[in-house]
Amino acid sequence: MSNIHIQNGRLIDPANKIDSIGDLYIVDGNIAAIFDPPDGFQADTVIDATSKVVCAGFIDLSTRLRDMGHSRKGTFKSETRAAASAGVTSMCLQPDTRPAMDTASIAEYIKDLAEKANYPQIYPIAALTQKLEGSELSSMLSLKQAGCIAVSNALLPVKNLLILRRAMEYAASHDLLFICRPNDFSLSNKGCAHEGAVATRYGLPSIPEAAETIALAECLELAELTGCRVHFGQLSCKRSVIKIHQAKKYGLDVSADVAIHQLHLTENDITPFDSAYHVLPPFRTEADKKYLCQGLANGTINSLCSDHQPHDLDAKLAAFPETESGISALETLLPLMLKLVAQRAISLEQGIAALTHQPAQILRLPSGALTVGFSADVCIFDPELEWQINSDTWQSRGINTPFWGHTMKGRVTHTLQAGKLIFSL
Amino acid sequence: MTHNIQLNSEGKLKHFLTIEGLDKALLTDILDTAASFVNPSDGQIKKVPLLRGKTIVNLFFENSTRTRTTFELAAKRLSADVLNMNIATSATSKGESLLDTIRNLEAMFVDMFVVRHAMSGAAHFIAQQTAPHISVINAGDGQHAHPTQAMLDMFTIRQHKADFSKLRVAIIGDILHSRVARSEIHALNTLGAAEVRVIAPKTLLPAKVETLGVTVSHNLTEGLQDIDVIMMLRLQKERMTSALLPGESEYFKCFGLTEEKLKIAKPDAIVMHPGPINRGVEIDSKVADGKQSVILQQVSNGIAVRMAIMAMAMQHNGASA
Repeated sequence: MSNIHIQNGRLIDPANKIDSIGDLYIVDGNIAAIFDPPDGFQADTVIDATSKVVCAGFIDLSTRLRDMGHSRKGTFKSETRAAASAGVTSMCLQPDTRPAMDTASIAEYIKDLAEKANYPQIYPIAALTQKLEGSELSSMLSLKQAGCIAVSNALLPVKNLLILRRAMEYAASHDLLFICRPNDFSLSNKGCAHEGAVATRYGLPSIPEAAETIALAECLELAELTGCRVHFGQLSCKRSVIKIHQAKKYGLDVSADVAIHQLHLTENDITPFDSAYHVLPPFRTEADKKYLCQGLANGTINSLCSDHQPHDLDAKLAAFPETESGISALETLLPLMLKLVAQRAISLEQGIAALTHQPAQILRLPSGALTVGFSADVCIFDPELEWQINSDTWQSRGINTPFWGHTMKGRVTHTLQAGKLIFSL
Repeated sequence: MTHNIQLNSEGKLKHFLTIEGLDKALLTDILDTAASFVNPSDGQIKKVPLLRGKTIVNLFFENSTRTRTTFELAAKRLSADVLNMNIATSATSKGESLLDTIRNLEAMFVDMFVVRHAMSGAAHFIAQQTAPHISVINAGDGQHAHPTQAMLDMFTIRQHKADFSKLRVAIIGDILHSRVARSEIHALNTLGAAEVRVIAPKTLLPAKVETLGVTVSHNLTEGLQDIDVIMMLRLQKERMTSALLPGESEYFKCFGLTEEKLKIAKPDAIVMHPGPINRGVEIDSKVADGKQSVILQQVSNGIAVRMAIMAMAMQHNGASA
């Protein structure tokens, strides 16, 4: 382990209410001091962070790395490298791996793959039910002991509310966080676009907001009944934000995130039948987008995630409803967050908190801040650096992004994971 | 916008995928060209050598009789060679992807694909992916568009009604699942119809349907007032089992077109239906076969209109000029 001196950066740490120019000192993989060096500090490596921002590494609550039979879409190597280049030092892995993350051996295998990839910390999310089929509970305690950080049924439904109730009670018994992506399957009815003017015009099977809000309302009721901690992932509409706000005010222990692209695109931005825009939940209206931004700004929505879903070309080459949903989104996480700051929708401090301290709080991790003694997970970025998304700059194996070819502002220059430089531009 | 992919650099028709984005002059040009193929004395359609030496593939991923047959006849009247591919029962059932099917057919030196597919956007996808010298005609994609049907209906309307700007048109039935309805609405609005009215229960109307440029009624008796053109839509039987409607007899009672209901519309109103008809479900036989019905004329007109569209698309496709 070496001693690292990060010089003259703008240190932003919302958890500790820090925002000023200064230095950061790393010793033995941990944050040793900020501003003034620790006694007898001798730097092995000096990183000049002049005119750059230095903050905690990003913690992504929803990613998929594919691999395991899906390596044409992405591998641990390709996707964790993409994460490192995006400033992500910890990532939660959704349980809809193949096979699903429903036994300890699979979780251990994934942890092993992640360690070999030698990039960001991977936190598997355990399947809530066996094979994610929504009928029998998974071995949640064994999965937790194998390193799983939460439980979720990913995109698949638990149609029977009695089973969902029991799963949540059991999760609560082991103090496991339940991550819910609210979606009523019967109402979303295999849709692929927001139920509104655009889906009507193009004749696309559509998903009403109620598919999300009804599932969310059910889960809120069960959160109160069972005492289970619930985090709602990838919200897409105004009424969901209102419901979360009311639940928090009422005193329920719930939190929520939004995928970054939902704060930038609406149904009106969809190029007709361009499968790069096929994402679930679907892009909704301007009013929804605005309300989600406000929810992030006022704290109703706690955090931002990438909801990274890399795909191979074939998965997106078909008629729109037949293509696979999802966006390769790790590498646009930072520039799209900075764009919100430029639009004055949120402050830079709020944006960084939503990528660091807030998700750490949700996962109860001792990270996401530049606190002395914490593991030195650090992201250094140049907020002014412009770059184009193309095959020279892109790391993920999935090029399925609606922002392909766009010029982005703001780029990560260094990423450190436990004091080890895992990416430098 | 993707829609412009159907026009070449000079704004001429290269593919025919949707009515949306095409202007009144172009639609009128299609109707005039179609009229030129019809012998004024006996209504017969002349055989012309416009597409001699060209190969047209009817690529039907969904079953169809009438549309495929009239496309085939239209191609033959243009002197093209026609290949009918019923993909529903061949390649894709062996696991071949849509794109591979297209690539294989391209390799056989075809000049035009006429595509029907169960998924919205399939014709756009093929037009985007196919070789530049190949034209794509949309013969119906999912719930999105069926533009040749809309054009043959405009042709039929024009045979009976002189001026689109004075017309009030009612489209009745399953708007939600209907690619025909969407294309008719665009065509009527582009040609300047005074009003396009959709009449259906809420279960058969898509969200925010008024944004397509229509007025909405849930009541056939009220909705038929002042109407010049009645377009009935086919109601698929499976809609009854998916809880969209309580049953055929109640549907017929509320939205079925009977002689009595027909009297509410203008006395010279014409009755249209894209077929196939469900007699006694959406339309009474007496109306379907009555003197105000132009349903069989629609079928006949399909040949001339599809000839016009195929000839125009092929003519303006740069690579084949």
